[in-house]
Amino acid sequence: MDDLYREVIIEHYKNPGYRGSLDPNDITFEDENPLCGDHIKIDLRVGEDGKVTEAAFDGHGCAISQASADLLLESIIGKDVNEIKHLTKTDVMDLLGIELGPVRLKCALLPLKILKAGVYGLGEATDDLLEDGQA
Amino acid sequence: MTIYNVEKIREDFPILGIEINLGIPLVYLDSTATAQKPASVIEAMDDYYRNSNGNIHRGVHYLAERATAMYEGARAKVAAFIGADKPKEVIFTRNATESINLVANTWGRAFLEKGDLVILTEMEHHSNLVPWQMLAEEKGLRLEFIPVTDDGDLDQAVFDQLLEQNPKLVAFVHMSNVLGTINPAKAMIAKAKRAGAITVVDGAQSVPHFAVSVKDLDVDFMAFSAHKMLGPTGVGALYGREELLDKMPPYMGGGDMIRKVSLRSFTPNELPWKFEAGTFCIAEAIGFGAAVDYLSAIGMDDIAEYEHKLVQSAMVKMKTIPGLEIMGEKAAHRGGVISFTLPGIHPHDVAQILDQNGIAVRAGHHCAMPLHDRFRIPASSRASFYLYNTEEEINHLVVSLQKVVKMFS
Repeated sequence: MDDLYREVIIEHYKNPGYRGSLDPNDITFEDENPLCGDHIKIDLRVGEDGKVTEAAFDGHGCAISQASADLLLESIIGKDVNEIKHLTKTDVMDLLGIELGPVRLKCALLPLKILKAGVYGLGEATDDLLEDGQA
Repeated sequence: MTIYNVEKIREDFPILGIEINLGIPLVYLDSTATAQKPASVIEAMDDYYRNSNGNIHRGVHYLAERATAMYEGARAKVAAFIGADKPKEVIFTRNATESINLVANTWGRAFLEKGDLVILTEMEHHSNLVPWQMLAEEKGLRLEFIPVTDDGDLDQAVFDQLLEQNPKLVAFVHMSNVLGTINPAKAMIAKAKRAGAITVVDGAQSVPHFAVSVKDLDVDFMAFSAHKMLGPTGVGALYGREELLDKMPPYMGGGDMIRKVSLRSFTPNELPWKFEAGTFCIAEAIGFGAAVDYLSAIGMDDIAEYEHKLVQSAMVKMKTIPGLEIMGEKAAHRGGVISFTLPGIHPHDVAQILDQNGIAVRAGHHCAMPLHDRFRIPASSRASFYLYNTEEEINHLVVSLQKVVKMFS
């Protein structure tokens, strides 16, 4: 019955591998979920070949949003920035490996929205970013 | 006084018998968001649609007359419940939010001017904040706020200072939906009146939980919602003193709110219909009346006493959980609301894990972001109690909270 809080989620929440900030960085973006006050900032360093070399997130929020951020950043190290543009909601759900209701889904997807808004250089993290391609 | 029989009361609420997962009974601790409904309320609305549905105030046929009598009967019940002198001083609205918007948009638009001082408080629900911010923006009003002390009370000394600055309006919440603080409304209203201000009380949490008399409070306007007091969603009420309501322009234009209409002008209807444009939520108003009947039959003093015992017990038991902090724990008078935080555990996670144990609590800022800013926390979890909650449910909450702490330790 505690499926939502699989060990991997609690573990990434309590001991995140990518918490922190990168200064200087090549890409940075932050935003929040106004409904619950979750706030996340993501910094990336990108190599000359266009691939992510380092990533970090900071902020506060629930276990789902924080674990989602940590898992997401772990998954993009070494990836081409253009590949990040194609990440979708499904990729995040695969990383988390849980089923979420509509309210908690927003927590889980906040990091992806912020990451993609940063990569695209947009002013805000909108729901359109949860689909593939240009918002 | 008859003995308070919570098990018998619970039998009146069909939803309290459901299981939310296989074998996990529902423990509903979110009545501050919306209360559950007794069968009598559901049946009153069902009966209206089955046997009495007709449009009110206009028709002369059997159903129209019957529906009108039921609708106006509900108004009389609600008026009596809050100690109003006359039913016409009770305006039906959609909810407390609309009631406050009505005052801001009619009385406020007509009688407030640029530079006028409006006193609010730091513990307001957004519904008693945003309508005044919107009006302030439009008219250039000055908004000042009574601060909240660390204990969770309003700072009366600052209120006294603000009252010396010629306020035109004082609007405050009777009972906080986050802290549970019950503000000394009668004394605050008396002071505000001496200073020459009109008073607005947000009674959304007080009217459902203890006996509130507008006459005793001597308040000018009071807003409340049916759905937080065992009634349906979609209907609420504004109490207003007759001489103030009389002077106010209408709120929305349309049918029912007029006496006479020509192509270029209209004459507004008399009270209370002047403020009730269009076909109203008739079934819901009748349900509201049934809710008031139900509460009155049990007795508001008995309900308040029972809830007080419950919340005191819940606070003692919850405090045994390491690190758990209760917002406004030390407020001088508090009702059945406990908002709390656990170190290192986000309220969403608390609420979600409690949900998996069958317990419904609220997590977030509870429509009071400035108050959470005041206590420097982004969000909290909130357990709230009503006449149908039990000591066993509190025990289940405490055991489940212990599980939450263990999971994150």
